[in-house]
Amino acid sequence: ASCVQHRLVVRDASSLQLLQLYTCLDQIQYIEWSSDSLFILCALYKRGIVQVWSLEQPAWHCRIDEGSAGLVASCWSPDGRHILNTTEFHLRITVWSLCTKSVSYIKYPKACQQGVVFTKDGRYMAVAERRDCKDCISIFVCSNWQLLRHFETETQDLSGIEWAPNGCVLAAWDTCLEYKVLLYSLDGRLLSSFRAYEWPLGVKSIAWSPSSQFLAIGSFDEKVRILNHVTWKKITELDHPATIASKKTIVYKEVEKSPTVDTERLSFPPTRELASSLFSTQSKYDISQVPVSLQYIKPVADRANPKVGVGMLAFSADNCFLATKNDNIPNAVWIWDIRKLKLSVVLEQLCTIQCFQWDPCQPRLAVCTGTSRVYLWSPAGCVVVQVPGEGDFQIVSLSWHCTGDSMVLLSKDNFCVCYLEREEV
Amino acid sequence: MGDWKTITVPVLSSDSKNILSYTSERKISPTSMSSQVLRLSLPLSKNMHSFFSAFCTEENIEQSISYIDRELTTLGFPSIYAESKGKELNLVSIINCMNELLVLQHKNLRAQEEVEMQHMKLGSDMDHLQNCYAKLKEQLELSKREIVGLQERDRQLQSKNRNLHQLLKNEKDEVQKLQNIISSRATQYNHDMKRKEREYNKLKERLHQLVMNKKDKKIAMEILNCVGRADGKRGAWRTDKTEARNEEEMYKVLLSDYEQRQKQLLLENAELKKILQQMKKDIISLLPPQKQKPKEKSDDGLVLSDQEEDIGELNKENMWELSCETVREQLTNSIRKQWRMLKNHVEKLDNQVSRGHSGALDEKDVISREDHELETEKLELEIQQCKEMIKTQQQLLQQQLTCDDDTTLLLQDCYLLEERERLQEEWRLFREQKKNFEKERKSFTEAAIRLGLERKAFEEDRGAWLKHQFLTMTADCKSENATTPSAFLRSKAGSEPDIRLLKSASRQRRPPSVLSCPVSAESCQTSQYIAQNSVASEKPAADNMPNLWVESDDKEEIE
Repeated sequence: ASCVQHRLVVRDASSLQLLQLYTCLDQIQYIEWSSDSLFILCALYKRGIVQVWSLEQPAWHCRIDEGSAGLVASCWSPDGRHILNTTEFHLRITVWSLCTKSVSYIKYPKACQQGVVFTKDGRYMAVAERRDCKDCISIFVCSNWQLLRHFETETQDLSGIEWAPNGCVLAAWDTCLEYKVLLYSLDGRLLSSFRAYEWPLGVKSIAWSPSSQFLAIGSFDEKVRILNHVTWKKITELDHPATIASKKTIVYKEVEKSPTVDTERLSFPPTRELASSLFSTQSKYDISQVPVSLQYIKPVADRANPKVGVGMLAFSADNCFLATKNDNIPNAVWIWDIRKLKLSVVLEQLCTIQCFQWDPCQPRLAVCTGTSRVYLWSPAGCVVVQVPGEGDFQIVSLSWHCTGDSMVLLSKDNFCVCYLEREEV
Repeated sequence: MGDWKTITVPVLSSDSKNILSYTSERKISPTSMSSQVLRLSLPLSKNMHSFFSAFCTEENIEQSISYIDRELTTLGFPSIYAESKGKELNLVSIINCMNELLVLQHKNLRAQEEVEMQHMKLGSDMDHLQNCYAKLKEQLELSKREIVGLQERDRQLQSKNRNLHQLLKNEKDEVQKLQNIISSRATQYNHDMKRKEREYNKLKERLHQLVMNKKDKKIAMEILNCVGRADGKRGAWRTDKTEARNEEEMYKVLLSDYEQRQKQLLLENAELKKILQQMKKDIISLLPPQKQKPKEKSDDGLVLSDQEEDIGELNKENMWELSCETVREQLTNSIRKQWRMLKNHVEKLDNQVSRGHSGALDEKDVISREDHELETEKLELEIQQCKEMIKTQQQLLQQQLTCDDDTTLLLQDCYLLEERERLQEEWRLFREQKKNFEKERKSFTEAAIRLGLERKAFEEDRGAWLKHQFLTMTADCKSENATTPSAFLRSKAGSEPDIRLLKSASRQRRPPSVLSCPVSAESCQTSQYIAQNSVASEKPAADNMPNLWVESDDKEEIE
């Protein structure tokens, strides 16, 4: 599904054939599929309206109007029948039920990065709240929205929460002024608290491993600390230095290769493909010899939210690799082998990395850097894929299909789907 | 008896002369002193002569004798006068006195020698000691200066150290201050934040109230028709029961998670225990039976045996299924002990190996290691030396092989010069030889000319003689004369046969007459000479040979 201005376009994923077309009242800011893929919600923040469309019955429609309360965020509940709207200024979260047309309110939600999280199985929801200048977390049962637990956290300014994939542990971390990660069990008990250092800027990003065994904490000191689920103590620190000296690390460097033009095939007037191939630069991967020094950017010291530290963390689906990006070295993706807790590969790109995502099924990483190329890495090797077409297609973000066979590449105005062939074994 | 010093002994002049001659004839030991003494003795001898003559002259013999007698008596010698108070000299006593004096002289000389030797020795010792003393003084000065320098440096370093300490302290104080500042600022910020947040909350509350109060009709949900629940069930009311059920469910989830984890941990534990057991068995099998040193190991052995028994029992009972504390502790302790024993064993083996290398007894353990170390050091030194040698050799080779152009040119020039010089020498020799040959050739030609002339003369003589002979004794010498002209006739042929013929002719000429002998001898000689010369000068004078022969032929023909 994609939205264009005020229209919602639904296409088939394998053939990109137009299936449905819906029109909303105003420009759509946010769309989300329901968990059973039967409904799509379109949030129009400016108007404070959420419109829901059904795929099975195109005639069915639903509109939720927040009115003067305004709308800042909207999301589905895991059962696909409730919509949670966050009103402006984070005054409250309204839970609208599509089945019963009933409304519930959650007061004092916290205005933070990730305030509402659902467990993987969709049973419980944790909401970060702030009452009386104190952070607290409420755990709700999603089936009937009953408050299960409510407890205070020891954080100064709770910045985010995240469930472990097994749904039993909730990680909460503090603002970047304070390095603190708290781990709560499902019933609200504090299991452990982790603090690496006191004064410098703290946690920037957090990721759970898919087996819930490890919690990776990326911080502003360019390091990733990994905690284990048995003792909740640090098992290792992964550093991101600008110079890679270890001989066991493979460094793939993206190199531009000049386009080769067959002089015989030149025709006049030049065909479009030829023109595009002439002007578009090709690139390929080269293995650089260790030691390699990466492009290191020292950030401006007096700005808030500096581009320092590990900003992106992602575990691979098979729990074997961890991909990180150090914002000081914005052109490189660091891939760590979790089984050995060592740096295994570094991908050095020509441009700043915009987004990377692991394949949900295999240990395959797709990286995009804002150019018209998507980069794929797997333990077998890495490849540069050029998006064919005229003009520039600046890939800003990408998203894998849940089967791992295709992925969507998004640029500012367009998107395309990249299909990956499966090898016939 | 080495040196002789002529001492002015008042002796009779004749005797003194003898003595002097004696001294001069005496062999001298080769010392500088002796030479000096000799030199001294020589002038002294001259002086002695004069002195001796000065002391005792023809006139004052009596006085001198009496004087000598007095001296001798004072020295303890018997008087030289005869018993009677007459002026007769007792020769025997004189000779005895002289002998005694000589002996005394010898002794004195010897003593003097010794004293001089000692004096020399002492002098040299003294010099030596003085030198040593001077050196030691110098060393002492140097070391004193060094000490002063080192003390100075030490002082400087200490002051630097103090400065650094001070700096460190200052830095630490600063850091502490900054930290305090940071913490105070942080608390201040927190306080301010809280204040602002409270204000914000108040605003939010106000806003919320306003929003709620407005009761916008817009805040509504417009839905075409209700959608069924995802799981098909109907919605339930929120009651206590549901709450309780929720709690239950939550705890169930937690418990299931814990159970899963516990199972995993149990499995891990079991595996690790198994591995430890295996390791223990391996270690026990590696260790040799502990019978060598019962004293040390007896305690451990006893403990071990107990332990092993226990563990054996436990093994029988499937130990790994038990997980109580004591069992775990026992296992870990036993493994630790076994590991320690293994370590000791391995160390012992290492020692044995090192001992075995040097082949020494147990007591020489330390020494063998030291020897080993020394040897390794020596080897290392040798290796270094060899490497250095190799390096220098390589450098030299390189120099040789890849010298500068200049040096190569020079070298080449050197070789050329050598060759040129050699060639020049050879040319010189050649030219000399050539000259010699020329000279010889000239002499040959002269000889040939002479020969020709002589032959002419000879021919004339012979002709005359033949005539004479013919005239006188033609009947006797016919046959012989016949041969000679035939020989002659034959000799008018070519070159080499000519030589032979000449030779034969010359030989034949020899026997016939005595008269012709000298001539023939001469001719033989000349012919031989010619033959020799011809043979010798074949090469350089190849052209000249036929000329010679032509000349000879001509000369012969002339006749």
